[in-house]
Amino acid sequence: MKPFDEYKDMRAVYADTLVELAAENPNILVLEADLMAASGTKAFRDAYPDRLLNAGIAEANMVGVASGLSSMGFIPFANTFASFAGRRDFDQFFLSANYAGQNVKLVGSDPGVTAQFNGGTHMPFEDIVLMRAIPGLVLVEPSDTVSMHAITRLLAEHKGSTYMRLQRKGAVTRYKADQKFELGKGIVLSEGDDAAIFASGMVMVNEAVEAAKLLKEKGISAAVIDIHTVKPLDADLVLEMAEHTGAIVTAENGQRSGGLGAAVAELIGENIPTPVVRVGVKNLFGEVGTLDYLKKRFELTAEDIVAAVERALFLKKKH
Amino acid sequence: MLQESEHEALKRKALEIRKLTIDEIGYLGVGHIGGAMSVVEVLTLLYEKWLRIDPSDPKKEERDRVVLSKGHAGPALYAVLADKGYFPMEWLHTLNKGGTRLPSHCDMKLTPGIDFSTGSLGQGSSAAVGIALGQKLRKQESRTFLILGDGESQEGQVWEAAMFAAHYHLDNLIAFTDYNKQQLDGMTGDIMSIDDITTKYNGFGWHVQRVDGHCFPSINRAIERAVEEKGRPHMIVLDTLKSKGFIPGEGVLSNHNMSFSYETAKEAIAELERREGAAK
Repeated sequence: MKPFDEYKDMRAVYADTLVELAAENPNILVLEADLMAASGTKAFRDAYPDRLLNAGIAEANMVGVASGLSSMGFIPFANTFASFAGRRDFDQFFLSANYAGQNVKLVGSDPGVTAQFNGGTHMPFEDIVLMRAIPGLVLVEPSDTVSMHAITRLLAEHKGSTYMRLQRKGAVTRYKADQKFELGKGIVLSEGDDAAIFASGMVMVNEAVEAAKLLKEKGISAAVIDIHTVKPLDADLVLEMAEHTGAIVTAENGQRSGGLGAAVAELIGENIPTPVVRVGVKNLFGEVGTLDYLKKRFELTAEDIVAAVERALFLKKKH
Repeated sequence: MLQESEHEALKRKALEIRKLTIDEIGYLGVGHIGGAMSVVEVLTLLYEKWLRIDPSDPKKEERDRVVLSKGHAGPALYAVLADKGYFPMEWLHTLNKGGTRLPSHCDMKLTPGIDFSTGSLGQGSSAAVGIALGQKLRKQESRTFLILGDGESQEGQVWEAAMFAAHYHLDNLIAFTDYNKQQLDGMTGDIMSIDDITTKYNGFGWHVQRVDGHCFPSINRAIERAVEEKGRPHMIVLDTLKSKGFIPGEGVLSNHNMSFSYETAKEAIAELERREGAAK
């Protein structure tokens, strides 16, 4: 691996991490469904030509084959666009991988608005919602190059099926190279007393960090948490923040109903009822556009998070 | 080639498996009797003659694997597994009861000897292909046997898997289609014709044979030929009769999932014994 801040795209971090893992563990395999060029795993194919298996344009079969390979002790990373990973493969991933107790690492790229120019057909706003319904599944969304590397390694070690959202293009390096990560444990990026923002994925963690700065200018102190594991949710941290701040905001690059915000609201509602305001896509299908256009169109900007925090503070005072 | 004594022993064993399966489903009072009875010969032949397995060590690494993609035929496979000693015979009377280890559709997490969980039709084909590929990657001599339904083959995933198996030259994959020509809603040819199934697999680059699925020498010869033919996956289309041996269901259109009393089961077993006895 080269230094994390030299990466231009998250997919390159992912591919290099797979090469690193393959060198350590002969059971690591990569499966593609004719999106090797998009997933960035050509680097893996060049390093391990016999360990990259292309299933062609047949995602359901790819996930089934991955499940069969898992039953032979392999650890298959199966890649496709998040739209297909969530929707087209769902029954295969649910049954052949998860129900059958297999160890399939499904990776969906271009989540939410990051699909940009492939259009509404390819814009996955619902993969988190669908995957959350699978018992025992680990569902993650790294937010920078360091977490992409560390979390991919943790998934390989985890025994059981997992789903990772991979933003292919663009990269930020937020964490120091020695930052410790644990599946199911959120990371507090900045402390705050008035409200807490739980954000997942690179797009929304960036916006949440920006929102906290804007709020500070208004005299509002908001904690920002990178909740890289959406399932299992870090219940201790969520409840601790609810108790400490009394106002919670969630931010996700996907459908609000049934997603991260819903998971947080369910947990808080059943334990320490506190205002929860969710930033996310409001019951809409996707469309084409630049990332900036789409973030505004679907109300996923720092300003939208600021407004959500103000709404949460208003609700807190009313109580 | 099957020796005459082997053939006789296989026929006796298949009769035992049929009786156990009727008893198992009859004890519960309802189940997928039709599709279970039509695969009895192929299951019996595999477990009696071909599989390199150890029932005392169900998860032995280099074993041959069986994927019953038509997972609803589980009760017939459970009868075979119980007969092989994978679990106590008494388990057969727990079929589909709360807390059982023998659910209607095969579940690898519950039942010793089940190599893959199946039930959502078409998915077993991909899993079997993954297993066969894994055996090749591990450089094992072992084989994967896949049993598909004919109605099941209407699922697109079956053909995705067929393409994959041929592309990766999985000649250690020996698949069977239980061509009993019936599905839940009626005759397969009326609901959604899958003919000509042999031509279809030929087109996908498989080595294809079609035999009488209730004739041990024919099935056995087909497996022998499959083992000899290298470089391609194998499809053996079995012409079968749905509900074969459960006489109240034979020739009945709605025999996919039947309700019948334990009394009826006992009568059906006696009738089958009379018929088999008369055949000798």
